Amino acid sequence: MSHGSALSATSQPSRTGSQGPAGRGGSLRRRSATGWLFIAPFAVVYLLFLVAPLAYAFYLSLFSKGLATGTIFAGLGNYATAFTDPAFLSGVWFVLKFAVVLIPVQMAISLAVALVLDAITTRFARFARLMVFLPYAIPAVIGALMWGFLYSPTFGPLQQLFNVFGGQAPFLLGPSHVFGGLMNVVIWQWAGYYMIIIYAALQGIDTSIYEAARIDGASSWQLAFRIKVPLVSSALVLILVFALIGTLQFFTEPQILRLVSNGTITPEFTPNIYAYTQAFSYANFNYASAISFALGIVVFIAVYVFLFFTRKRGSFLS
Amino acid sequence: MTTARIDATHRARGRSPQRRVPLRPARRIIPYLFLGTLVVYFLTPIWWLFVASTKNVTGLFDGSAGALWFDKTFALGANLSELFTYDGGIYLRWLGNSLFYALVGGLGATVLAVLAGYGFAKYRIWGRNFFFALLLGSVMVPLTALVIPTFVLLSGLKLTDTIWAVILPSLLNPFGVYLMQVYTADAVPDELLDAARVDGAGEFRTFFRVALPQLRPAFITVMLLSVVASWNNYFLPLAMLSNTNLFPITVGLGLWQGQASANNSGGHSLWGLIIVGSLVSVIPLVIAFLSMQRYWRGGLAVGALK
Repeated sequence: MSHGSALSATSQPSRTGSQGPAGRGGSLRRRSATGWLFIAPFAVVYLLFLVAPLAYAFYLSLFSKGLATGTIFAGLGNYATAFTDPAFLSGVWFVLKFAVVLIPVQMAISLAVALVLDAITTRFARFARLMVFLPYAIPAVIGALMWGFLYSPTFGPLQQLFNVFGGQAPFLLGPSHVFGGLMNVVIWQWAGYYMIIIYAALQGIDTSIYEAARIDGASSWQLAFRIKVPLVSSALVLILVFALIGTLQFFTEPQILRLVSNGTITPEFTPNIYAYTQAFSYANFNYASAISFALGIVVFIAVYVFLFFTRKRGSFLS
Repeated sequence: MTTARIDATHRARGRSPQRRVPLRPARRIIPYLFLGTLVVYFLTPIWWLFVASTKNVTGLFDGSAGALWFDKTFALGANLSELFTYDGGIYLRWLGNSLFYALVGGLGATVLAVLAGYGFAKYRIWGRNFFFALLLGSVMVPLTALVIPTFVLLSGLKLTDTIWAVILPSLLNPFGVYLMQVYTADAVPDELLDAARVDGAGEFRTFFRVALPQLRPAFITVMLLSVVASWNNYFLPLAMLSNTNLFPITVGLGLWQGQASANNSGGHSLWGLIIVGSLVSVIPLVIAFLSMQRYWRGGLAVGALK
């Protein structure tokens, strides 16, 4: 296999290490303290930059700060405000809609490319694989800036194309197109990364399965959808989780494109932009913390429920 | 017939570009059309970025050649020298900052992940299952939701607007620990570690001399993923930093974009700088990825296969 030991090491279904090797339990248990020494540096970072911020966000979110009243204990008041705040709810509604439409399209593209690249192995296919993956190496800020220019009515190619026919190009960041405009940016940025994950999983499949299926008379389509897709389902679940987490915390692209969208992308466009605006434009850290914490919890529960329903033995989080 | 089919499958999976069983021409062309279309789609913005970087301001806004082709004047050199000297060479400073944050944050996160992954995989530690479940759970916590509370915490310690505010939070990479645990569990045999212990090597010596060399592919993969994550990071430095001298390239270009949009007429030359600045900023990572292909291609599958 061309990509070496990384795959072959994991393609066996062994889970020895994760269950703890049997038999030598006694001597290993005595080494428990040493084990913790290896984990300790990460554990410190984990406590300081994950547990502490979450706990502190929750603590901050229980207070509210008014000009006249000063800081007072508000209990769950900030959450009650948030879940009745039309600005916050419209952001939540947008990212949910966005996730529901974007993720299937993006996964279909990534899966299709991965299957084609797995089936043909010419020089052009290798070149295409690299080119599709290339946007992953480009920061989301730069990707959003580039697409902002390409969408631009003053000097983007879209308008020039429409000029040939004497038409007016749609402004892809305008109110009626912004959904598709943002979707295009995200697909361009991430489809290649997801494709590579699926492709790597496809390459890890033992090819003798294909031979058996061919002998049984399976066509290329059957081979792809009856055998390959089910065998990479845990990779699909993994990227779905990544895409879900990424979409619900959508920030960079709309934040960058906000300035060139002529007001279509508002300061409450997504929950994260809204939290950022509340914190840094209004210094309303208590309310911003409530939004951050609510967002974190909502994403966590959404992903957890999703994984619970798609779990299978031996896959991520089982 | 059967043997011919098997042979064709074999060949299709990478040993030779030629198939013994010829497909009908239409079926051979469709995948190439599909791939070709995608290559054009994925390359168009990058091509545009390169072409636009060679134009001067007039060419950019009312060029006759169109957005996707070169103008008569080729101003890439002039644009580059303006980029590197504008505002006292602040661009190079941002580029250096990005590189510094990405390497220090990425390397730090990788070292922590390798150590912790090894600890989880090779020691029967107290509370292992509980803490590993906790770790997996935290992969699902959106990291941007931590930015604002982390900002408030660090501002209490007077650490905001310093390099530590960007570097320390990027050391957290729960997914990297998960990848390393999975990889270590399979790639480092317990017998090998026990043999080293029997030979009298201490636990840390065993780790550095015996386990670490086996972990090189996964180490490089987690390193690439962490470096890319730090390099791409926008929300964290945007929230933490206000001193422009500390900005990474992403926040710096965002700042320029804000200034250019706010100032419609005088902003023209700044738009040119943003374009050529974007082009220069994508080069380091693209080179890193192209030259380290064989590592990330295999390594990315580690998590996906489990």
